[in-house]
Amino acid sequence: MKEEFSNIGKGIPKVDSVLKATGKAAFGADSFLPGMLHGKVLRSTVPHAKIVNIDASAALKLPGVKAVTTGKDFLWGLKFGFSSQYRDQAPLAQDKVRYIGDEVAAVAAIDEDIAEEALDLIKVDYDILPAVFDPFEAMKEGAPLIHEDKPNNICAESHIGFGDVEKGFQESDHVREDEFWTQAVKHGFIEPHAALGLWDSSGKATIWANKQSPYVASRKMAMALGLKPSQLRLVQTFVGGGFGSARSDPHALDFCALLLSRKTGRPVKIVYTMEDVLLMGEMRHPFYLKVKTGMKKDGTLKAMQTYVVADGGAFTSIGPITINLAALSTDLPFYIPNVKYDAVRVFTNKGHCGSLRGHGVPQVRWALGQQLDMMCNDLGLDITEVSIKNAVHTGDVTPRGLKIQSCGLTECIEKAVEASGWKEKKGKLPPYRGIGMSAGSYYTGVKISGHNSASCIIRMNEDGTASVQTGATDIGQGSCTVISQIVAEVLGLRMQDITINCGVDTDFTPLDPGTYGSRVTFFSGNAAKLAAEDARRQLAEQAGKMLEVKPEELIFKDRKVYPAANPEKALKIDALIRHLGQKMASKNKTVWGRANYDFDLPYLDFKSGRGNVSPAYAFGVDVVEVEVDPETGKITIVNMVGAHDVGRVLNLTNCVGQVNGSWIMCQGQAMFEDLKRDPADGHVLNPNFMEYKLPTSMDIPRKVEHILVESIDPNGPFGAKEAGEGASVGWLHAFGNAVADAIGERFYDLPITPEKVLRAIRKKQSETSARSN
Amino acid sequence: MKQVMSFKINGMIFEEEIDHRRTLLEVLRENFGLLGTHKGCDEGQCGACTVLVDGKAVNSCLILAVGVQGKEITTIEGMAQGDKLHPIQEEFINAGAIQCGFCTPGMILSAKALLDKNPDPTENEIRNGLCGNLCRCTGYFQIIEAVSKAAERMRKEA
Repeated sequence: MKEEFSNIGKGIPKVDSVLKATGKAAFGADSFLPGMLHGKVLRSTVPHAKIVNIDASAALKLPGVKAVTTGKDFLWGLKFGFSSQYRDQAPLAQDKVRYIGDEVAAVAAIDEDIAEEALDLIKVDYDILPAVFDPFEAMKEGAPLIHEDKPNNICAESHIGFGDVEKGFQESDHVREDEFWTQAVKHGFIEPHAALGLWDSSGKATIWANKQSPYVASRKMAMALGLKPSQLRLVQTFVGGGFGSARSDPHALDFCALLLSRKTGRPVKIVYTMEDVLLMGEMRHPFYLKVKTGMKKDGTLKAMQTYVVADGGAFTSIGPITINLAALSTDLPFYIPNVKYDAVRVFTNKGHCGSLRGHGVPQVRWALGQQLDMMCNDLGLDITEVSIKNAVHTGDVTPRGLKIQSCGLTECIEKAVEASGWKEKKGKLPPYRGIGMSAGSYYTGVKISGHNSASCIIRMNEDGTASVQTGATDIGQGSCTVISQIVAEVLGLRMQDITINCGVDTDFTPLDPGTYGSRVTFFSGNAAKLAAEDARRQLAEQAGKMLEVKPEELIFKDRKVYPAANPEKALKIDALIRHLGQKMASKNKTVWGRANYDFDLPYLDFKSGRGNVSPAYAFGVDVVEVEVDPETGKITIVNMVGAHDVGRVLNLTNCVGQVNGSWIMCQGQAMFEDLKRDPADGHVLNPNFMEYKLPTSMDIPRKVEHILVESIDPNGPFGAKEAGEGASVGWLHAFGNAVADAIGERFYDLPITPEKVLRAIRKKQSETSARSN
Repeated sequence: MKQVMSFKINGMIFEEEIDHRRTLLEVLRENFGLLGTHKGCDEGQCGACTVLVDGKAVNSCLILAVGVQGKEITTIEGMAQGDKLHPIQEEFINAGAIQCGFCTPGMILSAKALLDKNPDPTENEIRNGLCGNLCRCTGYFQIIEAVSKAAERMRKEA
């Protein structure tokens, strides 16, 4: 029997969308305080150098300038990073600069123009050091060391294996080894970083900022400022897009807004320009990949070996996790008995890399997913059938130890094959038309060191409404809406009866890990569900007494509470709350529902890579159909079909929007985006949206179709899993496979530009004519 | 150099002493508190600062305020009639066309400029009409759907 829900599953509009549609949502740059100053940050103009001296005297003399700060103002040696062995970032450069764009000083002035002018007056003396921009060069003996304590510029390594990969290759009928590359791409959010800092006389440092994981950012900020976590308060504004660690980590502007506030005694606001955002650190890691797959004649996968060199840039950021999570995707979504994975993350004199939607997985799948297609072509097998043959299923424990408790992968493949017309199209399309597919999987939150549980508090109000306090941050993905739906469902309320905090305040809102790793719906959603159940239990206890039935026999629906057997004996929920709060003879009671949620999982084992890493795994299949113009090399996506297993669909409109957004972000990486650098000094050549090309409404596929497969997860809130990040893991290689199918040439690096396509078509044509001569 | 400038914004007259070098975007945000006009790239590439000047969608970051005195300026704050949202705003909300919402005001104004000129656009014309506004969250599909539905409603209501 299909469960009947009042709120779950419906395409309910987002709770914050009226504010956003009317221009009333206050984003990062919209924070103002009386007497506020404006700040600007000075960046290094050299890629690698010791800082000999910084002379700010001329800047301080400029009328309107109130203060200048440099690395020396920050406590020497206090650095931040995601774990104790990886703390290598300081608020401003201390002893040396490590890339063009590294932050060295900041100015506070009465307006932005004066602050900007003052930057030109700060004189920095550099003692130039040799620099290195290529990760392979950086690993060589004698290469300049970017961090003196890291020999060969190796930031982190990951070596994971299970089964016997050599034996697996021996048992295979077909083995291929290929090399692939991916490029640096940025998150591409449209709202630049912004911070308003007030370090008041009581010693409290408060910052208003557009952060996607405020608790992560505030801990790191306190760490590097030498403050107790409770002395630093971060108030999150509306956030103009997130997509990864660029919004979770603190940046120079956050620290400088506070430090300059302490120096001047006034609030200081710093807003980055888009140029700042594009040339600073935080982007997707470029990967070099050498991949090897062994397959039986019937398509059974026997072994997979992957070697990754991740170009990390100047700092660690979250990089060690990136190469570890990438390891996860060498086998999933398939069941492969023998896997070996070796990766190094290397420092170079460029902006640092971190997490970006899919976090390491899209890069690895770009290589392995294309190689799978090549092997199927070699053996004359259909990749969709091979994917079904090797797919994991509900109940599987993979050789690595991943526990798959819900899985609709096979159904996803079957439905995508049918909806895309795969059987009629694959190998049968006219010249320069092609079709490609991918299968992928993504985790629903992983457990890395530090705080992991989510919590929620719900206050029942006298008018029958509920005020929900969540620690989750809505960066546009819709968590406030989904959490409201969950609470409304449990308490039998309507969406308009729920008030939720759209924004976290680290002093007051419940603790939450943050918006990363596709964990929010699952963890914060479960916390909200449990908190609502806690409130319902208290209400049911009183209602049970009044109605003379057992509390567990009560139904909460349509703002009423009634016995399952006697719906006509209903109490109105507002009357019940008022009765508890105002009318009980001796003691009044406000009903608060409270809960904490964590999933019993071991921490990610970086050494062995074994064990279950996530409570649930989402699955997805993408089919891309392209048309290539042989005259111009332009690729048009004529159709896209996605079948995604996201567990229970909590909000249909949101799920579809998440998949769409994920796809088009990947399309950007596949076709247009490339953070280009000068090979001589590593500086970013295209720090603007004219030359760093995000997809526009003119570029997107002509047609898209979504199929949502609901494998109800036993632990997800109402059975839900992640949606939105997993949809990014298959796109790149589905596209690569489609282009190869269209022109008969394979691309091993990204983006696939018209120039590359034309070159490949001409090469193919000359080979064909050479053969026919 | 400063001078007293006068603007007609959302049907109201605003008057203030303003420096010649200030862009329309800066003046809307900093002088008149119209924060719904967003500063994204500040160089005419993202469209987040789109407003209407005499009905035409423009990047307010590329226009000097001094040049648009006396013209009709519409910002996102001028779209709703009191509490009654404009059909484009309502359809954006219903279609899921809003995720982070940073591009939304500019996108809605570009859509209005398009529909005022072309009340019955094809899907391709909608894609064309929005191509100056970047959105990183939605992949545009639900925005296109919203504009199409708004067009249909506006034709019926006209």
